[in-house]
Parts: sequence; structure tokens; C-alpha cells
Amino acid sequence: MPKVTYTSHTGDTRTLDGIAGDSVMQTAVRNGVPGITGECGGVLSCATCHVFVDDGDLDRCPPMSELEDEMLDGAAEDREPNSRLSCQLILSGELDDLHVTTPEFQE
Amino acid sequence: MNGTLIIGASQAGVQLASSLRELGYTDPITLVGAEEHPPYQRPPLSKALLLGDATPESLLFRAPAFYTDQRIDLVTGERIVTVEKAADGSGVATSASGRRFPFDRAALTVGARARRLPVPGNDLAGVHYLRDSSEALRLREQLLQASDVVVVGGGFIGLEVAASARKLGKSVTVVLADDRLMNRAVQPPISDFFAEAHRRRGVDVHFGIALSRFVDDGTGRVCRVELADGRTFQADLVVVGIGAVPRTELAEQLGLAVDNGVVVDEHGIASDGTTVAAGDCVNCPSPVPGPFGRLRFESVSTAVEQAKVAAATIAGVPVPYTAAPWFWSDQFDLKLQAAGLSVGADRHVVRGDPAAEKFSVLYYRDGLLVAAECVNSPADLMAVRTALAKGRTVPPELADDTSVPLKKLLRDGAVEAAP
Repeated sequence: MPKVTYTSHTGDTRTLDGIAGDSVMQTAVRNGVPGITGECGGVLSCATCHVFVDDGDLDRCPPMSELEDEMLDGAAEDREPNSRLSCQLILSGELDDLHVTTPEFQE
Repeated sequence: MNGTLIIGASQAGVQLASSLRELGYTDPITLVGAEEHPPYQRPPLSKALLLGDATPESLLFRAPAFYTDQRIDLVTGERIVTVEKAADGSGVATSASGRRFPFDRAALTVGARARRLPVPGNDLAGVHYLRDSSEALRLREQLLQASDVVVVGGGFIGLEVAASARKLGKSVTVVLADDRLMNRAVQPPISDFFAEAHRRRGVDVHFGIALSRFVDDGTGRVCRVELADGRTFQADLVVVGIGAVPRTELAEQLGLAVDNGVVVDEHGIASDGTTVAAGDCVNCPSPVPGPFGRLRFESVSTAVEQAKVAAATIAGVPVPYTAAPWFWSDQFDLKLQAAGLSVGADRHVVRGDPAAEKFSVLYYRDGLLVAAECVNSPADLMAVRTALAKGRTVPPELADDTSVPLKKLLRDGAVEAAP
């Protein structure tokens, strides 16, 4: 089972066993991880699933689409080079043992 | 101590329950819904689910453990049919099966039902409405077998289904009584763009014509639709999307003020001073200043924001509902996003390139930005949402300069200062 570890902006961590095919956002929201909202349900329309991906994991993430790139410009907390919208990070055998930090603000 | 009973296991209902716990509310919470499924997202029913990219299970808002961890008693498959309440707000709700749900405080998050088209043949096999996941599954099954799809209505349900049906290779005809698409939600520039965009993708669109009946093929199944002017179209599958009617039966039983929905104030409180309501069933004061009065705005974000307000009211830390509405609709490869209320705008500016299907329409009133409707332009949409939230504007004479990101053009100034 692919694992995801979420670290909040205050340093609290929680590791979840995800399901291959689910996104990092879905895994968080379904299990009540605070710090990720995902208001649009994962269709790149709201930018409330913003995460900072650990530098060591960034290369394993799928490439960013133009739509995700534009939406990230509008995220509530300023984007960083390791920013992604977590609805686009789909867990799998390859994308496993991922570490992300959630911003203080999603809205 | 019976706590809060949330009637309607919906987007608003789940949010209300979650927000109550986030605010430190420790009394019992019961979330009761008529559907057999735990609560789930509806927007994908006309898109991903029809295309086979989602299942009802993949649309659930929360894992079962979430409800137990948060001490939210989720009850499915129970339709509340009567509610009795005392002046202090406490009472008992009873379901169709006779189960009783006592409460200290009630919340109505019962949503809306699809409006029916009252014409002959409305109950023929092959005529579909789309509101819940069981209807979506039935529609998908039949859609895969169909050839000639007719969509009645030019709103989001109709157009998203039309796009999904075209993607599945079906012949699609849209007929609507209105003279433009999505006329309650967007302004003419966007309506006109989408009509042409659908036509370019092979959807046949007919405006300003009402449907007079569905024609039976002799076996109880639809085979044609007949319009008011006598024209007919072949149809082995019909989807009707002509709006949603708020569920107000329980509110009426309780003697609450009802007018195009359950009437609430800016704190989500109904006319009895204790019951709260949120989501598609609600008529609320406009959250943003302007010539709007009251409105019933059907969108995910409105349901979520109203539910947060209602939860804050119950938790004793009231905040008014002031979030600018926004919504999205995905049709083909066209992402429509809108923010603010464009009704009553006195000027608009087009930014970007409609021919490239990537543009925004910014709406102004008294020189200040009040809304935007954007096609494949998420950076513009997000900049406008920021502007509306922070009381900022973009000078209209600068707004069409696409060499500068919209968010860099934001200036202070608002129609009225937000509280």
C-alpha cells in the first residue's frame, strides 16, 4: 500500500496507507487530514489542495500540466519550487512513500 | 443531551458536521440522509462517472473511519418525513421507517430535486433526470448503448451530459426553451461562446423552443422528441436538465418562512430563530454588496461556505456569510470558471483570445470589478477571486493586457468595503 506522510505547517505529522489510484488529496480529505481542503473534488478548479513536496520526492511526481501550473499561481499561500496541487499526485507502486508539507492557508 | 441533527447527508451536511467538530463542538452530531450511499460528490455524476472514470465509491467525501473518529453518527437510507420542534429549537424528527431522531438543534441541508418536465411521455423508458448516483449509473448504462441523444435544457447538467455523450461518440442534440445557454449562471458573451464551441464539436443546439412530448416507440420506450413547433428529433435516450427545485417540505412543516428555498439570514438561521439551513435548499441574503437582494445559488462552494456559517452559529461563534460565490463547469476540454455575481454589471472587458478558446470576461459595476467568467484561464479566475476576497479591483482599461498577469494588475478599491 503506498504511504503518504503529511506534515502540517506546525510540524505535526500523520502517515496514511493510501490506495493505488487515489490522489494525495483524496487520501488526506477522506481521512480528515487538516491542511488540505480539495473543494472542487480534484479537477484543478480550486487550488485548495496545495502541498510542498519534500525535495527528495519531487522527481518521482508526474510532470505538471499547464492547467495545474496556472492554478498554482493562484494558491492562497505563495507557491514555492516544490509546490504541487495534490489532486494531481496519484499514488502507485512508483509514487509511494511520499512526504508532503501542507501550507497554513488553503483559502 | 441530543446534540445537533443534520437532516440531509449532502455536501452542505458533511461540511456542517466537519466544521462543528473543527470549532470544538463536543455534543452529539447525527447526520441523516435518505440515500443508501454515504454522502458523495455530485459534480462528477455528469462527467467522470458517465465516462467511466469514477465510481460511486470513488466519489464518497470521507472514509467510514472519519465519521467514527469525529463522533459523527452517519445514518443512511432514512428519509426524514416529519419534524416537530419546540420554541427553544429542540425536537424530534421521524423517518419514513418510523425511526425517531431527537435533537437539541436541527439543521436542514436537504438540497434540491431535479425539476420534472410535465409533458406526455415523461415516464417513458429512456427519459432520464440526473441528480443522484443511482440515476447516473442507470444513465451511463443506457448511454453506452444509445445512438441519438437529445438533451432538454441548456444549463450545466444538460451541457455536461451533452459533452460526455459526444465524447462517447453519440449524436447529440440540445433543445432549450431559453434563448441562450446557462442563462441563469453566466452572461451572453459566455453563453454565445459555448453555443459555438458545442456546435464546433458536433452538438446540434436549438434555442427558444419548448418540448411538447416524448414519443413512445410502442414498447414504452422513447424514440423521438416532439417540439412545440411540430419538429421532431430522433431520440433513443433523453436527458432532461431544466433546473432544480429546493426541498422545502420539512421547513414548511416547521412553519419556517419559505420562498424559493428556506429563508435564512446572514448567519444561516431560519425564521424560527433556531433552525439553521445551508446549501441548495437555502434562500439567503447576498453575501456580496450590490443590487442583488436574496439569492439561492447552487454551487459546491456556496454549500460549503453556508455550512461553515451555520456551524459557527450552532457553535456559538457566529460569522456572517460574506464569501463571494464561485463555481466551475467542465464541458469537453473547456474549463469554465466564474467568480462573483455578474448580474447588474454595467461594463465588461474581454481579456485573452476567444478564438483560441482561452479568455476571460471581467465584469464591472461603477468602475469596479465585481465578477469574472473565464474559459481555460485559471490564473485570471484565481486573481479575480483574490480581488473579490480582499476588496481589490483591476482598472478596466488595463484588464485586457495579457502581457501582464492579472494578479499583478490588482489595485485597491471595492464596490463597498468588505467587513
